[in-house]
Amino acid sequence: MSEVSVNTPKGHIEVKNFSLAYETIEGAVQAVTDTQIHVKPGEFVSIVGPSGCGKSTLLNAVAGFLKPTTGIVTVDGERVSGPSAERGMVFQQYSLFPWKTVRENVEFGLKMRGMPRSQRERAARTLLGLAGLEAFEKHYPEKLSGGMKQRVGIVRALATGPKVLLLDEPFGALDAQTRVIMQQILTNMWQRLKISVLFVTHDIDEAIFLSDRVYCMTARPGSIKAEIPIPLERPRQQSMMMSSEFLALRRGLMSLIREESLKAMGGEINDMGMQGLNIELHGHSLADVI
Amino acid sequence: MPATALAEAGPAPAAVTPPTAPPSFGTLALRWYRLNRAGLRATAIGVISLLAFLMVWHLLTTYRVVFFVRFTNVPSPLAVYASFSKAIHDPKFLMHILLSCRRIFIGFSLAAIVGVPLGLIMGRFKLVHEIVFPVAEVLRPIPAIAWVPMAIMLWPTNEQSIVFITFLGSFFPILVNTLHGMSLVDPVLVRAAQCLGARERSIFREVYFPASLPHVFTGLTVGMGVAWVSLIAAEMISGQYGIGYFTWEAYSLVQYADIALGMIAIGVLGLGSSVLIRGAGRLVMPWSAK
Repeated sequence: MSEVSVNTPKGHIEVKNFSLAYETIEGAVQAVTDTQIHVKPGEFVSIVGPSGCGKSTLLNAVAGFLKPTTGIVTVDGERVSGPSAERGMVFQQYSLFPWKTVRENVEFGLKMRGMPRSQRERAARTLLGLAGLEAFEKHYPEKLSGGMKQRVGIVRALATGPKVLLLDEPFGALDAQTRVIMQQILTNMWQRLKISVLFVTHDIDEAIFLSDRVYCMTARPGSIKAEIPIPLERPRQQSMMMSSEFLALRRGLMSLIREESLKAMGGEINDMGMQGLNIELHGHSLADVI
Repeated sequence: MPATALAEAGPAPAAVTPPTAPPSFGTLALRWYRLNRAGLRATAIGVISLLAFLMVWHLLTTYRVVFFVRFTNVPSPLAVYASFSKAIHDPKFLMHILLSCRRIFIGFSLAAIVGVPLGLIMGRFKLVHEIVFPVAEVLRPIPAIAWVPMAIMLWPTNEQSIVFITFLGSFFPILVNTLHGMSLVDPVLVRAAQCLGARERSIFREVYFPASLPHVFTGLTVGMGVAWVSLIAAEMISGQYGIGYFTWEAYSLVQYADIALGMIAIGVLGLGSSVLIRGAGRLVMPWSAK
């Protein structure tokens, strides 16, 4: 199990002067602009923001799937130039290989590294045991529930012992109960492995509950609007979500995001529209009223 | 918390039912019947429908019905059965069948050996696609039977030209379906493989190939059907042996019962070969078994 149980934190992510634009027939569209973020070794950091703000774009650039138009992405001082097993990724659509059994999915990264079959089988079994999935090692993903699929997805990403784990709205497709369980499992694994996590979500509660720090992004073109430390102590319990401290953080983040969401909707909600809804603005900004 | 996680992953409630005495044969038979009722129904109706078909055929030919279509010379099912029981002991008839099967085997195998890899490579490398696709699109609509004169010119022996026609018939469905499968490969799965350390060659072998297999098998099934169509046409025109030649010869020799026998043999052989392909598909793709 030397691949996963490393005790010194690692994986220092730095994104500097980052911007990303893509070409269309109407000209360049700026998806993300002037962004700096960092994740300290062993830290759990979330990115929240209105839909379409470029948070997934940013994550994909850290994964190495997208090249920044300007700026640089480094992990432990090394420039990111393409996808690598050093940066494990978990996708919202689970993205398990349907033609591989649960165990073969988990083994995949080790196989790519050239580990002999018997050795990687043993490693995969141990990992699946930690996630409570050993009974399902021979199943094909199609037979699993969403929560189980995503547990396999996380275990698969962690099997090669990456320095950082990147998650792109991993629990977005799960029901509320399963999501809570998955959050606990992720927290447990993160604390045990001591790796850095960059987590993209649109769920504010999830971001606060999981993270050491939360970045809030602006509407497109996305940039960092605010950086909010989450001083809640660990281990965190579900009951903390009712504490005044949690609720205060939630209120703060909520209003930040609401402002941006309204901006993102642009002309769709204007004063005229609001009159139709019988809401008087009295000179206040829309964000204050809603 | 891990307890809840495990509970979700717990085995099916089958383990909870208290141990009872083994059920009697009667209850087992009843249960089996209940579980397979839909299948039994389909089989029963299928048998009845085939019998009805034979009955109608029998009546039409016994009474030599003439009603737009003339059944005066059409052999009755009993006459066909009589010629079948004679033919089954006739080494010449068996040779016709064997030769047709051999031509199908060689022509179809060559088409699969060339068509599948070409489709995979065309799907992965744009340049190959751009070069091959226009030529393939022009040749594709030409029915295999139109190739007969050309095939006779191209190949030194009749046998080779017939195999060539069979090859052509199955080649294009196989190529087109493989290409289609390649175009539908989920890019997220490719990304997942990349962040697990997979390089080009592994991605091809571990993602693109298995992901397009279902469509490859669709192509093989369709290709097998067209292979038989092309083979029979070629045998009727230029053959000296084969089940197609047998059928045509029966007409020339006024052996009307043998015409129907040849037709039925072709039908059964075609059905048998698609069953073989479907079985192979299920073996190669255990994950898609319902």
